[in-house]
Amino acid sequence: MADQTFDIEYVANLARLSLSDEEKQQLGSQLGQILDYIDQLNEVDVEGVEATAHPFPLVNVMRDDVIEGSLPHNEAMQNAPKKLNGLFQVPKIVE
Amino acid sequence: MLNQLTISELTAKIASKEVSAREATQACLDRVAAVDDRVKAFISHKNEDALEQADLIDDAIADGATHAERPLLGVPIALKDLLSVKGHPLNCCSKILHEYVAPYDATAIERLKAAGAILFGRLNMDEFAMGSSTENSAFQTTRNPWDLDCIPGGSSGGSAAAVAADECVGSLGTDTGGSIRQPAAFCGVVGLKPTYGRISRYGLVAFASSLDQIGPFTKTVKDSATLLRVMSGADKRDSTCVPELVPDYRAALTGDVKGLKIGIAKEYMVEGLDSEVKDAVDAAVKQYESLGAEIVEVSLPHTSYAIATYYILATAEASSNLARFDGIRYGLRVDGDSPADLYKNTRGAGFGPEVKRRIILGTYALSSGYYDAYYLRAQKVRTLIRQDFEKAFEKVDAIVTPTTPTAAFKAGDKVSDPLQMYLCDVFTNPCSLAGIPGISIPCGLTSAKLPIGLQILAKPFGEETLLKVADAYERSTEHHKARAEL
Repeated sequence: MADQTFDIEYVANLARLSLSDEEKQQLGSQLGQILDYIDQLNEVDVEGVEATAHPFPLVNVMRDDVIEGSLPHNEAMQNAPKKLNGLFQVPKIVE
Repeated sequence: MLNQLTISELTAKIASKEVSAREATQACLDRVAAVDDRVKAFISHKNEDALEQADLIDDAIADGATHAERPLLGVPIALKDLLSVKGHPLNCCSKILHEYVAPYDATAIERLKAAGAILFGRLNMDEFAMGSSTENSAFQTTRNPWDLDCIPGGSSGGSAAAVAADECVGSLGTDTGGSIRQPAAFCGVVGLKPTYGRISRYGLVAFASSLDQIGPFTKTVKDSATLLRVMSGADKRDSTCVPELVPDYRAALTGDVKGLKIGIAKEYMVEGLDSEVKDAVDAAVKQYESLGAEIVEVSLPHTSYAIATYYILATAEASSNLARFDGIRYGLRVDGDSPADLYKNTRGAGFGPEVKRRIILGTYALSSGYYDAYYLRAQKVRTLIRQDFEKAFEKVDAIVTPTTPTAAFKAGDKVSDPLQMYLCDVFTNPCSLAGIPGISIPCGLTSAKLPIGLQILAKPFGEETLLKVADAYERSTEHHKARAEL
């Protein structure tokens, strides 16, 4: 199952991660090894076994629909690297 | 020296007005100044801020505050750099948080403050808690106080080393696959990972949300019980935090394990288990027998699949959780012509090698065409691992194992081989996947004078039994009294 030659460029793009050529090469070979190790999960018979997403699933955790205090706007923005008029600033998206 | 005391010893002295919170805090700060250039547990700490907190506590005590209501009055506690304290820096030992300052307190922090603790310092860790040696920190490598050539374990290496070096009276760490228990074992202190859902994670930076738990590092089991009680309990700001009642864990520490059934599992006696570690754990099992516990063999047949399962699930969750670090709302920003380029440039420059490795692995495991083969299969194996424990706990009250296959290793030994580093977690990963509580307590030293950890596991929300079993060993042996010479 492990695809030793998996396309690191493709995965890095999905993860929005720029990698140097050196990083691509090193990560590629290390991940090949790790995936080989992970392949041992194929030995396990999981027929009819339910997946565990959380160890103790709590469903429909509700609270009263009451408005409570929240972080003031300026404090929520205090760590933004670039802001303008109280808004996060991003590169132009539309042409 | 006040910094060498346990929490219960220190609070007794503060309560009787023999010492002040300021003196206790100053003793810890003096110790940090004396030894931390060698141990490197702290990435930062503000002395004035800590002493101001201490003065406020001394005022409160003068006004009549008591330890009955606020059990941690005057206790200096240091924190892993993954927890939000309002107005303090928060870096996750990564470059990507840059100059981030936390705008609010984590719930666990709020509860410690309310109990009167003095919260100081940012403790070193593997970047985003990803690692087993603390060598993945973007800032520095922490050293093991028992042997400065060795690593303290990880990812909460700074938290374990700071307690072992008496730089604080207790500390907080987090455990996703063993990140409290493994460094506690390597540094010879008590490290507790509570049941999944026991302590709110509001204000804790997420790594793998179905696994992460906050927990304490202390010098004794009793202190661990004290901190657990303060931090536990439902929180409307974390819907995964379970509304289970919080008992007085200290009341469970009776020292009496007569008739309790303690399980040992042959699956933990693996190849690669160091003979000195094995001997120490065997001796601990004999100790329990002599205390009147009944030793029962149990089987946990899917143990060997835990690491592979863990590294799929934890990396998949991490790849999703760490998507928030995009250079827009906080932290480092490296500009680009488009938003996508800005994200890529920021993340490429801000994350270190292990974080990149795990994001790539996790993204791959979740990507179209591989999801069923990796992620879904791993979730199913996780069910089998959980069921192993459910069956075992039908027969026994607790299970004891080695915490790690070996004692601490030398810095640099495993850095270039990520898979070897992952295999360090062979005995701690299964407990994390099952969501059950686990503790590591000191159970001896190797011939090279490095600590050995005994791991004790119990059923979900079985912390009272867990702590009772741990405490019974501690009070009948001397291993927890051994201190590192610095």
